[in-house]
Amino acid sequence: MTLQITETPPPYIEKKTRRGARKVPLREQLIGWIFVGPFGLVFLAFLVAPLAYALYLSLFRKAMIGGTSFVFLGNYAKAFTDPSFLDGAWFVVRFSLVLIPVQMLISLAMALILDMVTSSFARFSRLMIFLPYAIPAVIGALMWGFLYSKNFGPLGDIFGLFGASAPDFLSNDLVFYGLLNIVTWQWAGYYMIILYAALQGIDPTLYEAARIDGASSWQIVLRIKVPLITPALVLILVFALIGTLQFFNEPQILRDLAAGTIGPDFTPNMYAYQQAFGLANFNYGSAISFALGGVVFVCVYIFLFATRKRGSFLS
Amino acid sequence: MKRKPFLAAATALVLAGTLAACSSGDDDTSSSDGGSGGGGSDASSCTNTIPKTDLPAVTLWAWYPNMELVVDNFNEQNDEVQVCWTNVGQGGDEYEKFQTAIAAGTGAPDVIMIEADRIPTFQIQEALVDISDYGYEDVRDNYSEGAWKDVSVGDAVYGVPVDGGPMGMIYRKDIFDQYGITPPTTWAEYEQAAQTVRDAGGPLFGDLGANVPAVMMALQIQKGADPFSYDTADPENIGIELNDQASKDVLDYWGGLVEKGLVGTQDQFTPEYISGVINGDYATYISAAWAPGYLTGAGVGEGADSGQFAVAPLPQWDPANPVQVNWGGSAFSVTSQATDPELAAKVAFGIYADEASLTDGWTNQVIFPLNLNALEDPAFADLAVEFFGGQQANKEVYVPAANAYGGFTYSPLQQYYYDAMTEQLAAVNQGSIAGSEAADALHDDVVGYAEEQGFTVQ
Repeated sequence: MTLQITETPPPYIEKKTRRGARKVPLREQLIGWIFVGPFGLVFLAFLVAPLAYALYLSLFRKAMIGGTSFVFLGNYAKAFTDPSFLDGAWFVVRFSLVLIPVQMLISLAMALILDMVTSSFARFSRLMIFLPYAIPAVIGALMWGFLYSKNFGPLGDIFGLFGASAPDFLSNDLVFYGLLNIVTWQWAGYYMIILYAALQGIDPTLYEAARIDGASSWQIVLRIKVPLITPALVLILVFALIGTLQFFNEPQILRDLAAGTIGPDFTPNMYAYQQAFGLANFNYGSAISFALGGVVFVCVYIFLFATRKRGSFLS
Repeated sequence: MKRKPFLAAATALVLAGTLAACSSGDDDTSSSDGGSGGGGSDASSCTNTIPKTDLPAVTLWAWYPNMELVVDNFNEQNDEVQVCWTNVGQGGDEYEKFQTAIAAGTGAPDVIMIEADRIPTFQIQEALVDISDYGYEDVRDNYSEGAWKDVSVGDAVYGVPVDGGPMGMIYRKDIFDQYGITPPTTWAEYEQAAQTVRDAGGPLFGDLGANVPAVMMALQIQKGADPFSYDTADPENIGIELNDQASKDVLDYWGGLVEKGLVGTQDQFTPEYISGVINGDYATYISAAWAPGYLTGAGVGEGADSGQFAVAPLPQWDPANPVQVNWGGSAFSVTSQATDPELAAKVAFGIYADEASLTDGWTNQVIFPLNLNALEDPAFADLAVEFFGGQQANKEVYVPAANAYGGFTYSPLQQYYYDAMTEQLAAVNQGSIAGSEAADALHDDVVGYAEEQGFTVQ
């Protein structure tokens, strides 16, 4: 996997292509456009146009009495002072800070183990670890909702063996960990596959050379494997960051089981959904979505900026 | 693991899966209807099979459990119009889809099942049609004044009533016998009985679920609260009174029961709660007349606990002046996106109004009918309800409750109010605030929202 995200092409390449572009004959340009065309149309129709429309909507306010009025950035000003939005955003940020390291450690550990073991059991394990990702998030959340149940889930029986009562993972105190477990279960296998693929791409002669130099297995892992798959680690980190900040499916499903714990403003995405479809406030819903998009963009940018420095330090 | 809760869980899982399937499947309904502005001539999107394909079809969204039979009955008997029915989900799920269709200006059905408390919310968005000119006079005598009041805003009528939800106290006979208590008639007795059962090491006496704010609203109204005053003749003004003494008293009462550990705090309608009901974890269930149908559908009252349930009138604050309240109940409304409102109104008036459908509804306790032909039928009053072990529940509890019910004024803020109430009830359940504080917080929250929506709050 090449490191497209963290490396910018050297400036001379850019210059060359720009100069070269002017020389491409019109006919070839046309052919290029024809190839790009279908994607371009779909991109415009299903990404750019809805985004533009949502941005347009977010600049208005519609009240039950008094109708629609243009408020420019008023909805954004409201969102960034709205405790519901801010609390939800703070929750997903905290959640990411705990979830992402846990998820990465687990998937990295599994990938390293599977990389070392080459038996048919490893192949089976790989499939099994990946399996949760193949289960739709909605079904996964429903299933965990039942597993967490004190009355008929396995927790009650397990804790009963020790004479304790099962914890309620959908209660106010524990819902953070309950969700943490669901999301890790769902995604760790997928990240594991990405890391595993990256590990497979490492030239085995490096290990041989290291072993000749007297490196232990641990040293090979820490000094060769992990540094060489850093690009893949950065990639899954960005995936996880974007995914977690947009947290929606799991809490929305579990809301049916624990409406008192998981409110409609539990995460910013859920809040936007509730504003738009529950309360008919599409304008504010759009504004929250855009504000959330801004938060995600800033977080990812900060992260990439930080890892770019570290990437150069590592090499 | 006991077998029954597991079975109930499995059933609920399947149900939940079906609902998920419904909510993803409705997309093709709305998109196929999209072009014709909601006029459903596309028979492929119907759940039912239309027998008379040469007749015009009217699209309908509804979630009554026996809807399939009701639609078939209507289509068979009618030679003028046919119904194309889809179940797009219950309650909130359906309203979200309708809300989207309203905003899009397309995709709504011609006729839609709505609970009475949501009518003002959609009426203020001009999403519903006034049906008073479309045959209202012909069927007016089939329903009581109160029933019409619930579906009217001012002089305009926005729905055809089908069922109501007079409230009562469902209880476990075995638990009451075991602890030697009789059904409480006042809320003070209710608390006493709960204490007796608890002191003897018995189960919880009831449940305060944060996700059923409509129950709390009804119980507050029973004490004398008057949450909203609203009239479309004067749409800019709204009266909001959520923290008066009556509201605070009721919230403090229930908050106190929670604090003393007398009632549970589990969300209702969840598999967890239902398995608790099956297990006998709750001695009472404060609920409406449609509850037996819901509970039976979820597997309650079968096997070992069949015949264990009975119902008594709702406990009162002042037994000298009893007040009866309502939870739920719904109507059929014609949407403003209907291609032919007159034809749609014919469906709204006719569907679930024939004898066969109504009888099926009340014998299976799926609905509590508001149609007087059914309500005044002696067979209805005398029905020995199987769920209640043969008790004549209608005669003893629900019919008197329905007759004494005075009607509510619902507001266009209902969804926001329920969400905010859920949040406050959750806080009360966690013991972080007292009931009266919750009432104050709720009041400020809803007033703020109303002002933001352009209302002048009085």
